[in-house]
Amino acid sequence: MIGYFHEKLKNGAITSVALTEKCLEQIEKKEGEIFAFLTVEKEKALARAAEVDEKIKRGEEIGILEGIPGAFKDNLCVAGGRTTAASKILDNYISPYDATAVARIKEAGAVILGKTNMDEFAMGSSTENSGYGPTKNPHDSERVPGGSSGGSAAAVASDEAIWALGSDTGGSIRQPASFCGVVGLKPTYGRVSRYGLIAMASSLDQIGPVTNSVKDAAILLSIISGEDRSDATSAESSGKKFEDFLSPDVKGMKIGIVKEHFNSLNPAMKEAMEKAVSQFEKMGAEIREILLPNNKYALGTYYIIMPCEVSSNLARFDAIKYGMRADDHKSDEKTGEVWERSLMENYLDSRHYGLGREVKKRIMLGTYALSSGYYDAYYLKAQKVRTLIKKDFENAFLNNGEDSVDLILTPTAPTPAFRIGEKTEDPLEMYLADIFTVTANIVGVPAISVPAGKIDWEGKELPVGIQLMSKWFDEENLLRAAYAFESVLKRQSNQS
Amino acid sequence: MAIKKEEVEHIARLARIGTTQKDIEVLTKDLSAVLDWMKELEEADVADVSPNEHITGLENVMRADRSEPSYRRKEIVKLFPESKDGYDKVKSVL
Repeated sequence: MIGYFHEKLKNGAITSVALTEKCLEQIEKKEGEIFAFLTVEKEKALARAAEVDEKIKRGEEIGILEGIPGAFKDNLCVAGGRTTAASKILDNYISPYDATAVARIKEAGAVILGKTNMDEFAMGSSTENSGYGPTKNPHDSERVPGGSSGGSAAAVASDEAIWALGSDTGGSIRQPASFCGVVGLKPTYGRVSRYGLIAMASSLDQIGPVTNSVKDAAILLSIISGEDRSDATSAESSGKKFEDFLSPDVKGMKIGIVKEHFNSLNPAMKEAMEKAVSQFEKMGAEIREILLPNNKYALGTYYIIMPCEVSSNLARFDAIKYGMRADDHKSDEKTGEVWERSLMENYLDSRHYGLGREVKKRIMLGTYALSSGYYDAYYLKAQKVRTLIKKDFENAFLNNGEDSVDLILTPTAPTPAFRIGEKTEDPLEMYLADIFTVTANIVGVPAISVPAGKIDWEGKELPVGIQLMSKWFDEENLLRAAYAFESVLKRQSNQS
Repeated sequence: MAIKKEEVEHIARLARIGTTQKDIEVLTKDLSAVLDWMKELEEADVADVSPNEHITGLENVMRADRSEPSYRRKEIVKLFPESKDGYDKVKSVL
């Protein structure tokens, strides 16, 4: 779609202002129901679009993303704009700087519509943990859009934005993409600079695109990837244009599947996955059964490492440097006595009122797991198991000689979108929504969710996605296979 | 319960999170459920396995020790919940 609109802008068939107005109209129309946006910057967006139109009028060249409207997840800092990460503690926070990914998108000349809703500090799989209310799934407003980048996925799925960026710590781009029927890409750890992304778990977080097509995801990845001196973990991408590697040809590509993944699924889901596998076979890919023996520890490992990093990262929200501070005076409920808060009371109350239930829980889990006497049993153990899980992937991708595979295919999520409120009371149920996605974060490999059609589910037709993972820094093959699959699926749905 | 109420109170204090009695009850239940579930890692055999340090194997990244322009002071001061004469005003520590 980005390429399509780019051509139309260039040949004068549409203007950037018209395109931006179209998105704004859609936002106006849909937001009451969907609530994908926390902030919409109408004037700024239209002003930027007018600048691009001027440039086109002057006959100047425009870049591929120039003048094309999109949105950022609200944990990405945008200079001079409100950036809340959907938390009340950052309700009044105006970022003084741009995240590197944001700066790169701005340099590419895109129109920025606003900031999208999410689970508070990206902690959740449904966007129900937002401090500002849940986002709804555009396919069924009684269902969640997934999370935590639920706002980004819902905005793209309901044509409120042409592209969006999200962040993915355990599936937060891919799972909502699958629930909303769009494409979501988590790049290799280090592919995209995390500078200016409000940190959740620094060894797992990655920024990535949510789009309507694989090609759009590739275009955005080319723009946002690359080394950045402000993030020491970022890697060189040598100005690669990922969209140039797309081709519908996957002949001879070796794709690994794990039998247990499929066996655990509900029949309708299983059928959709088996269809996807046979589709790849038809296209000439070689399907191989592989073993990932330590995969069963992935979710447990994730739920130790992630909260540990959360507890450390979120210590910065101390109500001293920025953000919400509890009122300086409080009165005793019984006596009505009023006193000035001490420093300690200020920390305790600001974090008590400013942070949501799930966030507090994860901070405390991490604090506990890292505390003296428990460190070895939890954190150190989890980091060792992480090494084991990584070894499984090294074996599958690199060390099995002839038996090595290029990609691994799994469902993105065990089910289509669930109902709002369905999993809020059982945190473990909610965590299981991430079972297929967390592994890519634990081992750092890139992974993408691509729509695999719709299935009959609880009397509704709901979208599902397949997930593909490739070896570290091999987004070229990942995107190529995703593109090939998408091309066939689009052809099939056009025919029917 | 994998964790006792008193421990939860202690952890909340360490994490600088104010809690009510009801919060403590809910958290004790929530944390216990997750901690029980983490037990599944106990069976993983990690003898002679070294802990993961950096997932893509990156080592120290160095740069020249040179000062560079940073954020504008005025904008940062504006973010302070309370400021006085361009300083961040905090509660007395002692």
